[in-house]
Amino acid sequence: MEILAQVHARTLVDFGARHPEVRVLTADLSNSCEAGPFRDVYRDRFIPCGISEQNMLSIAGGLAREGFVPLVHTFGVFIYRRALDQIAMSVAYPNLPVKMFAFLPGILTPGGATHQAIEDVAVMRALPNLTVLDIGDATEVEGALDVACSVPGPVYVRMLRGEVPRLFPADEPMRLDRPRVLATGTDVLVASSSICTEEALRATAVLRAKGVSVGHVHVSTMKPFTPARVADAIAAARFGVVTMENHTVVGGLGTIVAEAMVECGVARPLRRLGLQDTFAHGASRAYLAREYGMDAMALVRQVESLVGDRLGITEDDLAAVRIEAVHSAAKAEAM
Amino acid sequence: MVPPGILERNAVAARGIRRRVLQHTLRNGGGYLSQACSSAEILATLYGGVMDLAPVPAPLLPRPFAGVPSAGNPDCRPGWEFNGPRRPDADRFILSPTHYSLILYAALIEAGRMDPSGLDQFNRDGSSVEMIGAEHSPGMEVMTGSLGQGLSQAIGMALGRRMNGETGRTWLLMSDGEFQIGMVWEAFQFLSHYAMDAIGIYVDVNRQQCDGPMESVMGIDPLAGKLAAFGAEVATVDGHDLQALHEAGRLPHPGRPLVVLCETDPCRGVPELRALGGKLHYLRIKDDAERRRYEACLATLQAGEG
Repeated sequence: MEILAQVHARTLVDFGARHPEVRVLTADLSNSCEAGPFRDVYRDRFIPCGISEQNMLSIAGGLAREGFVPLVHTFGVFIYRRALDQIAMSVAYPNLPVKMFAFLPGILTPGGATHQAIEDVAVMRALPNLTVLDIGDATEVEGALDVACSVPGPVYVRMLRGEVPRLFPADEPMRLDRPRVLATGTDVLVASSSICTEEALRATAVLRAKGVSVGHVHVSTMKPFTPARVADAIAAARFGVVTMENHTVVGGLGTIVAEAMVECGVARPLRRLGLQDTFAHGASRAYLAREYGMDAMALVRQVESLVGDRLGITEDDLAAVRIEAVHSAAKAEAM
Repeated sequence: MVPPGILERNAVAARGIRRRVLQHTLRNGGGYLSQACSSAEILATLYGGVMDLAPVPAPLLPRPFAGVPSAGNPDCRPGWEFNGPRRPDADRFILSPTHYSLILYAALIEAGRMDPSGLDQFNRDGSSVEMIGAEHSPGMEVMTGSLGQGLSQAIGMALGRRMNGETGRTWLLMSDGEFQIGMVWEAFQFLSHYAMDAIGIYVDVNRQQCDGPMESVMGIDPLAGKLAAFGAEVATVDGHDLQALHEAGRLPHPGRPLVVLCETDPCRGVPELRALGGKLHYLRIKDDAERRRYEACLATLQAGEG
């Protein structure tokens, strides 16, 4: 598996060259959010706001009214928790093209509960006019600016930074409201998002080797979400569906899939992996993923439970899986 | 020096604002009357020569409410049309405390920007002339009223206009209660850091808030000293002195924002309000006797207008 570093940092500079209307706004976390290179290249298009996120978000709304496209960069918690009223009234209500790049989604950081954005999909999805993206790999990091700026209104992007694996081919960029079908299957459907997709790939490879027919969709657009795009995949899974999200199970992907099932009239047992309505704490990503049941083994256990069979899969089996970039199993148009 | 005729015209406008707001307060059995009493001269001054707004060809009629902004609703129209068409050299106006909306509507009428019949739609279902206006309401540029957000939005607009090479300024009316809000001080910190001088702020220092007199809720003094320490050019004036209000708006303030602290009387022109014992935020007329007393105040105001 290819691992890339500082993907957003490079993409942002390239994007800036092609889009003179963008302005990058930060709140003292410029380098932590990979905005440093943009600052160094386009100093007059870089607007540091200091540690004042409420002011920053309302200023972003004002800038957008004058024809600019503000790209707000900071940790997610300081966007949707600290400045929710400002986002709602200065940005979302007027449907302004402010793009919020929210770093440290879920359990990615050892920074603990203060830094872990664990309910942002739920909160931001509830805001009218908002589009919500949840980035899952380096290819999606590369495509996030294009997708976010193709939407005429406000967009909240759960972003990845640092070293990011390339799970999806570089020539298959993310598309708005188009879940990626990574595999089709007739026993169980796995729907995953964010960093959980890499873990899910580890598990599905072993499950398949044990004879389980596992479908897998990766979801990067949390809103808008067109239920019909996953209806067939859900219907094909005779034992049920497992969702796996880097987020609380309240209001995120698990809820979205549940809503889709009900709206499409396709009832299947649903197991939701993710933070089980709890805050987390400061520890490594792998430690937290295991502690909170968000790793490959947790997915295996849920699939075993759905199909009613112990498959004898061990940690060693999962660790031995070599993950390569996966092409979509179906054309997006056919989903 | 104030150009001839302006103070006289603004005095007429201020009386008209007070009278129209009192009329509608009587019609609705209540309203934000004390705010009109405190800010009538401020809005008359802003619309009467301090702001350089683009003219409207004729007084406009408010449109019916056309839905909230969304990708699927291209028909919604902003209220800033009442402040004149967009022009690089024209000023903008942002009303931060939107419970002052009726006062703004009255000021638009006095300034010849809204047809007087527009107020017939005030607080009517399906109208854009809402009691607490939104950005579709006459004279409203942005979504304010969640207190404290007006200034930061104005800064974003002013910064954008500066980057676009526009020369027009952005004016705000703020309430003194907003200076209890942390975000407002974030905004002044930003104004100072970016040396933004295309922003002028008139503050209605009526020392009242929803729960009562500010000193009984949360004091903000010394406001002028705090603002000066944050880098603003600060002038303190009698908020009913039309000459002082006008001249303050003309003070030079290179590299820093201008703040005009307008010390006001929330019962000015409607002395009956003093009977409320300091609970001035929203007047609800309770009985016929009280109504007759406010009708007498209205008669006095109308007599004063000749």
